[in-house]
Amino acid sequence: MRLLSKQDDATLTLGRMLAACLPPASVVALYGDLGAGKTVLSRGVARGLGIAEPVTSPTFTVVQEYRRPNGQWFYHLDMYRISDEQAALAFGIEEFLYATNAITLVEWPERIAALLAPTATIAITLTHVGESQREIVLPDHIGRQLLATGLPAGISQLADA
Amino acid sequence: MIILGIESSCDETAAAIVRDGHDVLASTISSQVQLHAGYGGVIPELAAREHLRNISPVVDTALAKAAISIDQIEGVAVTSNPGLIPALLVGNAYAKGLAAAKDIPLVGINHFIAHIYGAFIGQPELLADAANFPILALVVSGGHTAIVVIQPDGHARIVGSTLDDAAGEALDKAAKILGLGYPGGPVIDRIAKTGNTSAYDFPRGLTGAAGKAVKPEHRFDFSFSGVKTAMLYAVKDRSLSDQELADVVASYQAAVMGVLVTKAGDAALHFNTPVICVCGGVACNSYLREKLSQEAGRIGRKLVLAPPKYCTDNAAMVAGLAWHYLRHGRSDGLAMPTNARLDHDLGIIPFAPNATMPAN
Repeated sequence: MRLLSKQDDATLTLGRMLAACLPPASVVALYGDLGAGKTVLSRGVARGLGIAEPVTSPTFTVVQEYRRPNGQWFYHLDMYRISDEQAALAFGIEEFLYATNAITLVEWPERIAALLAPTATIAITLTHVGESQREIVLPDHIGRQLLATGLPAGISQLADA
Repeated sequence: MIILGIESSCDETAAAIVRDGHDVLASTISSQVQLHAGYGGVIPELAAREHLRNISPVVDTALAKAAISIDQIEGVAVTSNPGLIPALLVGNAYAKGLAAAKDIPLVGINHFIAHIYGAFIGQPELLADAANFPILALVVSGGHTAIVVIQPDGHARIVGSTLDDAAGEALDKAAKILGLGYPGGPVIDRIAKTGNTSAYDFPRGLTGAAGKAVKPEHRFDFSFSGVKTAMLYAVKDRSLSDQELADVVASYQAAVMGVLVTKAGDAALHFNTPVICVCGGVACNSYLREKLSQEAGRIGRKLVLAPPKYCTDNAAMVAGLAWHYLRHGRSDGLAMPTNARLDHDLGIIPFAPNATMPAN
């Protein structure tokens, strides 16, 4: 399903709503160029998962771990500085993927494509449309859940490409 | 007391030998920047492997430069947090092994506090004078952007920090967008010198620029993700002449550094700190140094700029800081953990003039 976000605030709210669609062990693969709004959407997901502390870029640290109020974890991963699957495994990436007590969000997931189970991974792609507008493509089953609760202000559905 | 310091939290393996906190007998860095240049960033797995290969030669080189033997080392200090865990583990394993084998004290060091200490190496008189406190430290690097206020009794508080990207990351990612290679800081500094800083009006996050209100709780916080996106749009689908590129880079640098200068000055006045110190890799930036000097002069504060050799990652700041912990009787056991994230509780800063801390 294709959505259009008018601005960062709307993307943030969408992330917050998206969090409600993620059962434990979910892995969200977040595709998009530099500045496409990945960090904004990630922050929204974190807020939706009950995390109040600042959600800063994981580019430098590769992984940022956040404890949720329910005792489970939110792992925010950034593969920007990881060259490939081998480097990711040497880093210990397996601890952060599909853990039963965690929800994981991966930025720059294309670097570790072979480690992501296609059917068990929620792929979301963010694309620049204008300086503030973003196209967001997400799986239909997630899109239907979002539609059922109502899309937030600033988010509209686009016709299928 | 002669202390060996080891730093391996990111992409530099470094060792230094420092006497009594300030007398740097040797400081050696095995730069890996060239190795990582092809990837646009640091690759942790590669970094860990390289740290392992580098650490013994780097320590041996430092010992040779200082013309002392390993048996003369009276304490070993190592960065234990924050950083990339695989990289940190190499330095920590080495330091623990040495501490156990030689039966000398081990001190785990917070990399963030060590960067602040880097501005004061060789200036014990400055630290001894309580009239210089509270000190405001602007810590700006690839991984951190924060303002810290240190009281004369060593209590310290992070009063502001980035809500998204670090300043150094903003430079690295801009360099990537513009195809200038890695790391971004030095090349941006160089190209900006020939550009017009007001060619583009890039956003200055959380400063109230362009009529955007800043929530009081974010008065000393930073945000650098917006400026990157604005720059991306300014250059998108354009082929830039050398002069146009220089103008983009100069305007971008002015926006990023301008926020740092504005917030540091505002915080120095608000927290009434007689001294502003700036440290971390981004503190090498010549434009930032110049603008901070002007701002400090304008508001009548003393500016302490970390020397460039102690801005980027190094082990002299690690060994130097460790001496202050040891003189307070503080050391760590061999079970000392490593930690990837910055603990916002910085503990008591041991180089503050009136610091007291229980010995262990």
